[in-house]
Amino acid sequence: MLIFILKRLGVIALSMVCLTLVVFYMVNLDPNLEKIAKTQGSMRMTDAEVESWLERNGYREPFLEQYGSWLVNFVQGDMGDSLRFQKPVEEVMPERLGYTGILMFWVMLVMVPGALIIGVLAGMREGSTLDRSLSVASITSTSAPEYVTGILFTVIFASTLGWFKGIASTREITFENFTLPVLTMSIYGMGYIARMTRASMAEVMTSQYIRTARLKGMAFRQVVLKHALRNALIAPFTVIMLQFPWLLTGVVIVEAMFNYKGFGWLLVRAAENNDIDLLLACSCVAVVVVLLTQLISDIGYAYLNPRIRVR
Amino acid sequence: MELEYLTTGGIIAESLSRFIPVWIALAVTLVGGWFVRDRLSTFGRLYGSPVGLAGITLVLFWVFTALFADMIAVLEAREVAFLMKKAQPGGIDPQSGIAFLWGGDNLGRDVFSRVVYGSRVVLIIAPAATLIAYMVGITLGLPAGYNGGWIDSVLSFVANLVLAFPVILLFYLLVTPEIRALQYDTWLLGWMGVGWSIPRAMAAFFFLFPILFLTIMWFTKYEKNRTRLLTYGGITALVGFWIYFGIAFGWEPKIGEIPLNLALDPNELNVFAAVVFASSPGVFRIVRGLTMDIKTRDYVAAAQTRGERPWYIMLWEILPNARGPLIVDACLRIGYTTILLGTLGFFGLGLEPESPDWGSMINHGRQFVRLASTAHMALFPALALMLLVLGLNLMADGLREESLKD
Repeated sequence: MLIFILKRLGVIALSMVCLTLVVFYMVNLDPNLEKIAKTQGSMRMTDAEVESWLERNGYREPFLEQYGSWLVNFVQGDMGDSLRFQKPVEEVMPERLGYTGILMFWVMLVMVPGALIIGVLAGMREGSTLDRSLSVASITSTSAPEYVTGILFTVIFASTLGWFKGIASTREITFENFTLPVLTMSIYGMGYIARMTRASMAEVMTSQYIRTARLKGMAFRQVVLKHALRNALIAPFTVIMLQFPWLLTGVVIVEAMFNYKGFGWLLVRAAENNDIDLLLACSCVAVVVVLLTQLISDIGYAYLNPRIRVR
Repeated sequence: MELEYLTTGGIIAESLSRFIPVWIALAVTLVGGWFVRDRLSTFGRLYGSPVGLAGITLVLFWVFTALFADMIAVLEAREVAFLMKKAQPGGIDPQSGIAFLWGGDNLGRDVFSRVVYGSRVVLIIAPAATLIAYMVGITLGLPAGYNGGWIDSVLSFVANLVLAFPVILLFYLLVTPEIRALQYDTWLLGWMGVGWSIPRAMAAFFFLFPILFLTIMWFTKYEKNRTRLLTYGGITALVGFWIYFGIAFGWEPKIGEIPLNLALDPNELNVFAAVVFASSPGVFRIVRGLTMDIKTRDYVAAAQTRGERPWYIMLWEILPNARGPLIVDACLRIGYTTILLGTLGFFGLGLEPESPDWGSMINHGRQFVRLASTAHMALFPALALMLLVLGLNLMADGLREESLKD
């Protein structure tokens, strides 16, 4: 098990190096550098002035040398400076990550229990009316990406009914302005997790030991709660962990839509301004989150299901 | 100036009547399909599932809307009526007397016509990109799953790398005007008249796979039958390379006076390549998993004992037996690609801002969504996108249910 984890951590490190190399190459392409020079210097710089600006600021060093020095600094904890915010990345990043963390906490709190309840209810009697209607509802929710549900919710609840606010501020987190972003993000993932739970639950309900429990006269509710649930929740666990890459895109969309200044907002600012160090740091954070959750899901799956042996 | 408005009932009735060509085509297809349902194999069985039937109806609705867009839309997608700026749904343009059923946007364009034309953009790019992603995923996933070993390790590592990268960041890096504008002057410039750029290189790489896939397919099947091999191979090469050079390199051939032009706008090429790039690894993983499962079956062992070559076994024994899950996945994936396209549009990346695709319209209208009087600008394209994806997902669900009945 330890060797497995170490191997996976090695793969994660290798992936990080490959991905940052690609990002580094893309942000250092000529047109992108020109954009930096013009926003940092002045918009009316001539080509020669741009060139000398880039020369002066070290953007014309050999590519691998630049990347190497970035990597060495990064490993030592120096993530460089953000050009857009004129501050070190270490100062900009944690604040924004914290805001997104709060958002994600509420999303998880709404999404996971909701999805599991829907999935279990639908899967415990396969083919019933309840199952059919819940299944169609979850398919509908997976069909509406964040930018569709966000628009729908804003139109219905904010513009027409006026119950909630269409903007979420990072300064004050209230029920009024946090409901819509949280709902928007949880609905899209909820359908998917619910469908996985339903499939897993339906499979468990057809197994022999459930039949035995039913035949010995146990109440249906007891069978579901005591026997079926435990085995049925193994598969959704993996699915929930694997939802993180999608949630990340969701965060960017929702934060853009509701003007919530968290990590997604930061990523968009970094990408739009070609803010090299900030963008690299953002991609590292994103990739680490994705790969670590994959690792946790693999380990957790092996832990929850003793039949799986990790090689 | 005050506009005259239709009533809500009037808007609904008028909207329904503008879609008349679609209703007729839908009725003909669905009724016609019912009579020949036994011959339609997998799709014919959708008639047995209400969910699947609802799904295919929704999908066909948008397919026919895209086909008959010229008959349904009353105005051009970019036509501006100055008096109709931010007009409410049902407003009647005093100049032309045309009712703007779903309102006008902030530039005075008809939202209805734009949504209708938008279905064209979406229904061309999403299925085509999915098809190419499938060819890439199959051509790489089959050997990875069948052979295992280092090929599998390398390909899986690359696929996981792409999958681990946040889609949105990928798009922000790949689909920008700067990247499009960057052209390298190499031999290609002298030869084809266009320079290498990153999107073009990606397109040149990915679009090679369909040709490769078909060529291997014909070669393994008709190795001994020279005439067939030459016919099929020749047609594939001819049509394939015409499309390939047309799309990836903007080649504009002519036969006499008839232009055989397939060149894409650089924006579209960029979006196309980026979407294929983002969805191929997913297909690769599914194909690889299915191959690893199916290669343990007896008929594969029988083929191996017969002395068939690996590529024959992969393409003619394994692939046909994986088609059930792959068809279901393809439906889901077209929906997913539609969502990706919408995401691109939502961030204003890719297609030009006036483009009537749904994502760009949502992006354009979202700044006005907080006021009830202007919410329609983003609302209708959002509903359209949702209905199309819903149709595809319901269809996939119906297909899966029906295939499980065997």
